[in-house]
Amino acid sequence: MNDIEKNVWRKYQKNIADDNYFFVRSCIRQNFFPASEQAFLKIMRNVLGKNVIEDPKHTTCAGIGYHSDVVTFDTLQTIMGRHFSLMTEAGIKNVAISCVTSFGLYSEVLETWKHFPKELEKTRDYLYKATGRTFEIPENIAHCSDIIYKFRNEIAQKATRKLVNAETGEPLSIVDHIGCHYSKIFPEYGEGGAEFPQVLTGMVSAWGGNSVDYPERRHCCGFGFRQYLVQANRGYSVSNTYKKLVSMEPYKPDFIVSNCPGCTMFMDKWQYTISEMEHKTFGDGNQGVPVLTYEEMAGLILGYNPWDLGLQMHQVSVEPLLKKMGIPYDESLKFADKNGHKSSVPFQPSYIL
Amino acid sequence: MTTLKYQTVIIGGGVAGMAAATELHKSGSKVVLIEGNKKLGGQVNNWYKVFPNFRPASEIVNSLSTNLLKDKIPVLLETSITHIESNSGNYILKSNQGQVIEAETVLLATGFNTFDPSGKEEYGYGIYPNVLTSVELEQRLKTNTNGISPKRIALVHCVGSRDEKVNRLHCSKVCCVSAVKQAIELKEFYPNAEIICLYMDLRMYDNGFEELYRDAQLQHNIKFIRGRLSECALNIEKDLVLKIQDTLAGLPMKLTVDQLILMVGKEAHQLPQFDESIIIEKASHGFIKPADSHLNPNTTSQPGIFCCGTTSGPKTIQETISDARSASLAVCDYLNKK
Repeated sequence: MNDIEKNVWRKYQKNIADDNYFFVRSCIRQNFFPASEQAFLKIMRNVLGKNVIEDPKHTTCAGIGYHSDVVTFDTLQTIMGRHFSLMTEAGIKNVAISCVTSFGLYSEVLETWKHFPKELEKTRDYLYKATGRTFEIPENIAHCSDIIYKFRNEIAQKATRKLVNAETGEPLSIVDHIGCHYSKIFPEYGEGGAEFPQVLTGMVSAWGGNSVDYPERRHCCGFGFRQYLVQANRGYSVSNTYKKLVSMEPYKPDFIVSNCPGCTMFMDKWQYTISEMEHKTFGDGNQGVPVLTYEEMAGLILGYNPWDLGLQMHQVSVEPLLKKMGIPYDESLKFADKNGHKSSVPFQPSYIL
Repeated sequence: MTTLKYQTVIIGGGVAGMAAATELHKSGSKVVLIEGNKKLGGQVNNWYKVFPNFRPASEIVNSLSTNLLKDKIPVLLETSITHIESNSGNYILKSNQGQVIEAETVLLATGFNTFDPSGKEEYGYGIYPNVLTSVELEQRLKTNTNGISPKRIALVHCVGSRDEKVNRLHCSKVCCVSAVKQAIELKEFYPNAEIICLYMDLRMYDNGFEELYRDAQLQHNIKFIRGRLSECALNIEKDLVLKIQDTLAGLPMKLTVDQLILMVGKEAHQLPQFDESIIIEKASHGFIKPADSHLNPNTTSQPGIFCCGTTSGPKTIQETISDARSASLAVCDYLNKK
């Protein structure tokens, strides 16, 4: 990136609360990368000493239903109103959102209420009639990646290693992928805007890595609800991921980091699909390019056990990356539970080793 | 401080202001021309050659300014009018140089600004050095300093025009033919390069425009693709990779180019600050709204204040000069009836 590219993002500076967050989880992440949310809470509470409140009564935001035309906007607003009611009950004014889809929808609902106050009145009415609940509008909403970005330098100070090749000392080449709903809907809601988002590259730079721009950096990962929800459309989904992987290939990335649940999942799992469909693999030694969440990336530099970070849940094996970074791991415990009891080993793909 | 007195103050020393000053002087009006820059000519000074006949732009500016000199019409350079107030049917104008001028009429010839494309980050302006505006290209052509040996150059039409995303719904009127002219100039400069225009529509409405467009295709092999640019990025070789929607084929396409020219649109220039009693209505595109666009195109909503040239909307140089001469008649008519 040239100096101008590095600075374009500066006009998009968002306000991110310092402390006291109401944490709202992601449906997809809890299923596919459950340890990432746990790592977020651990970093926030144990490393940064922040107050993060959760409420088991929190539910899905219904984003997947909304984007597939099953859930109406009225219902969506009422669900969000209920979440804000839980936040109000907890005495908190800031929301920390784990999912990019949810983040886009919270932003959309808040903007709607700002411009169409009658929608807010209607939502308050619906929620009160259905549940007897009332709510305050949050003072601050931030995606969890915004919060980690805000405290990236504090995390760097407590890190035990950097994002470098342990053998050569060279920074790792890292490509980022920002979820479309993070900043493409409302660029001013994203740290760094939509074209040159800073939220992940800021972490990469602060933690010693080299952030690489590439032509399809802004392209959809392939998650797109209407692509993957309809089985007949999944070819579009795979094509989008393929396009991105081909575009980043000449830059030889050591790994991909994303802040979106769907992007992380699809860019990881479609590599297996592409290898089976096209016999095309990416990354060193045809082993695929690992795709990490930003909490996993943070956890690795903070010295967390890779298996506690849930890296065994990934389709593309992370062991080559761990070796490159000089991170010790016990292969025999990769598929073991917390007590060390080993579970069955998943089927090994034909092309990505 | 002495108050300078004139019948008409013309604000803006571009081609409109210069043409109007000469006509008003010929009609016997006591007129002064005020220009904020060091020299007269306005935006036309930024052009190398003009469409459709590739006449050097400087010829037009020199011709108009020679007339002013010959007629000894007073000109105040590096002077901006900061405030205008009404006073018993006349106007009192204050300048940044401290002058106070009283006039019976004011003719606004403040012209236009070009759209700043840096807000459309997806086009890469201000980010990638080989992305230029059409105005910057004119400067490079003028000084022969383009400094690259390109294999392929793309010109994108309608940048900051007809674009809801940046709240610019109007057509800037001259970008289409400017792009054709610049494409030919680039082809003459780089005979082996492929020159591609990415257009929305081609509005070749005036004399010589359609012929120029035809000439560009037949004689210069310029390629025209009806396509909209969605994104510009760099590849590993540092070439510009353009993502385009071919709107005729209905298909996305990619184009790798060495240089990208953005045909920036026209937008209204800021007017001086007016006293609360003076109301100058503006049209939705931000330019001055004439009292009657058909019958009184140079009359504003404020009696005694007139407009000419691109102050009321995008125009070609020819239209601007004609409009300025028309405005001078409207001013004379007003003064005669006063």
